[in-house]
Amino acid sequence: MKRILIQDTTGNLKKEKRDLHISFSTQIRDRGLTDQVQVVMASDLGVYDRGLAVKVLPEGVIYGGVELKHIPDIIEKTIVKGEKVEELVVERKNKQMRIVLRHCGVVDPESFEDYVAHDGYQGLAKALEMGPEKVIEEMKKSGLRGRGGAGFPTWLKWNLTRGVKGDEKFIICNGDEGDPGAYMDRSVLEGDPHSVIEGMMIGAIAVGATRGFFYIRAEYPLAVERVQKAIDQCYAKGILGKNIFATGFSFDIEIRLGAGAFVCGEETALIASIEGLRGYPRPRPPFPSVKGLWGKPTVINNVETLANVAYILLHGGESFGRVGTEGSKGTKVFALTGKVRNSGLVEVPMGITLREIVFDIGGGVLDNRQIKAIQTGGPSGGVIPEQFFDAPVGYEELQKLGSIMGSGGMIVMDENDCMVDISKFYLGFCVDESCGKCAPCRVGGTQMLHILNQISEGKGQIEDLKKLSEIAHAMQKASLCGLGQTAPNPVLSTLKYFEKEYLAHVLDKKCPSGKCASLVTYLITKESCTGCGMCARVCPANAITGNRQEKYTIDPDKCISCGQCYEVCKFGAVLRQ
Amino acid sequence: MVIETLSEDVRKVVERWKDKEGNLIMILHDIQDRYGYVPREASLEISRQMDQPLARIYEVLTFYNYFKLTPPGKFTISVCMGTACYLKGAPALIDEIRHILHVDEGETTKDGLFHLQIVRCLGCCGLAPVITVDHKVYSAVKRSDVATIIGEHSKK
Repeated sequence: MKRILIQDTTGNLKKEKRDLHISFSTQIRDRGLTDQVQVVMASDLGVYDRGLAVKVLPEGVIYGGVELKHIPDIIEKTIVKGEKVEELVVERKNKQMRIVLRHCGVVDPESFEDYVAHDGYQGLAKALEMGPEKVIEEMKKSGLRGRGGAGFPTWLKWNLTRGVKGDEKFIICNGDEGDPGAYMDRSVLEGDPHSVIEGMMIGAIAVGATRGFFYIRAEYPLAVERVQKAIDQCYAKGILGKNIFATGFSFDIEIRLGAGAFVCGEETALIASIEGLRGYPRPRPPFPSVKGLWGKPTVINNVETLANVAYILLHGGESFGRVGTEGSKGTKVFALTGKVRNSGLVEVPMGITLREIVFDIGGGVLDNRQIKAIQTGGPSGGVIPEQFFDAPVGYEELQKLGSIMGSGGMIVMDENDCMVDISKFYLGFCVDESCGKCAPCRVGGTQMLHILNQISEGKGQIEDLKKLSEIAHAMQKASLCGLGQTAPNPVLSTLKYFEKEYLAHVLDKKCPSGKCASLVTYLITKESCTGCGMCARVCPANAITGNRQEKYTIDPDKCISCGQCYEVCKFGAVLRQ
Repeated sequence: MVIETLSEDVRKVVERWKDKEGNLIMILHDIQDRYGYVPREASLEISRQMDQPLARIYEVLTFYNYFKLTPPGKFTISVCMGTACYLKGAPALIDEIRHILHVDEGETTKDGLFHLQIVRCLGCCGLAPVITVDHKVYSAVKRSDVATIIGEHSKK
């Protein structure tokens, strides 16, 4: 069965799209091909600048700028003969690259055999042969850095733990993915649990650990189930347990569940949580590599980091190191969300520009609005305004821009998003999740949130901006753990790049994006109002009155600034100020 | 709430985990999976069987958001208190629900049928005021509708 997919993206060319669909269907029928060819509307083919787009499956060829006159040609050449209609072909260079997600959607996550059939546990076999020093050497060549956020070189972490003497050592997989808007770790655990187990075992060989723990959020039941199943399969096949493959290497894995505390993503808090305690962080040093779980040397790696390891061993550190930039090697998975046309997980080589991710892969901004910024790194990250979109993606590069790589959330914001509101949202999250142990984070966060609330309600003073940055810097310097140290980042980066918006809130008592309800007023212009009455019908506060002749007006005393009239008016008669 | 098998249930869970270090959180997870929350009686029982002070158990229970200390209702009634709903009479609806069910915000009725929660905004201001019962949305609710809505679910 062949399929002709017609791109059904929203927007113009509605009639042409329909005509194309009808003509394709009739001509297929006229040629007696109905049983062999199906014509369908597909939601998105990723072509936005070439008119109507059509894709033919299974060949996978994409045609752009397709008009009615091209139909006989496409049917004759591509459908019947399997050739391309060269002049219409759209070349799509695939900017994504799958290493971490190499098995997701390809390998059955519940089948041990399927994983083995896709080179599964070959990396482990190699590591057992090579021994710890060579494994670490290979990791050094690869240049892999931690994908949980901080970007510490993985080989160095392993080497440090290896160098510490201890009767027992542990390796922990950090699957406490708490950032709002990031879900790559869940996807890997659900889609390819064996590769994470394999990565963990290779790490265990390198550092000399005999026991491993998966720390997974309780909110991810499917991930827990699949990892447990994979662990059970490994025990049954003799890959876990005593004297694995008769090499003398023994290794056990257990799962421990998180219980809804964001701070437990921080490594010392995570250790406390596995120990069955409150997830309070503690000062470092001593680092977990020296004194970790139950006081024993412990190495903690993020899910995505571990998912890279087997690949590196199998294909060699050098080959992995050829992908990416000088300081940041390999790929990174981002959860691209927000006001972007194609949202979802994307895996890209390091060094790709932000613009390529948002526009070439993401397809640009929803509804063709003006893009304002993207936010990376979740509540610990910052916003990056459009003028820096040509910067390459890498740990240092993003840090230079005042954000961080973080765990990989990437949220696209458009002209309707208010930066004061955004920083309030992220800070509010950190204030909620602060464990309360140290004063800079507990008190500082609350005070900053209070000031931001004042600003968004139009009660801000000009001194508040200075106060915000003072508290922010104090929090960064004095907080005990990563949560408090990075919580002010969204505030600082919005202040840095969008000070104008803050000033508009403070001085003019206006919210330029119209998000902060107390600072927005709506009114209807008589010239553009057609008197259709849509606004009055949707108004939840009955604040709009009028009729067809006299047009409509908003009673400012009753208006609750919900913005529904603004959204619903087709004639641009409702103004937001 | 009296659970007759409680002591036995706790014993089984403790048995399963007792040789593992740092087992408390996993034990509490198992108890919550069993009952939907962690009853105080279960905590007392864990404390006895593991020879740990009750405070040690509650320090963990109260730190983590995931653990619930009160039974969830069969149905969760969410009343939207977003600006639009607030102005169009949501407070009156909450009064009415309190009056009928004898529960406050965050509480569950004695028969375990309804849990009342107040939410910031359900994002459907045009339908204000809005109540949801689990995933069913009721729009433009009047005070007099509340009894009917509750009645619909009581029969199930």
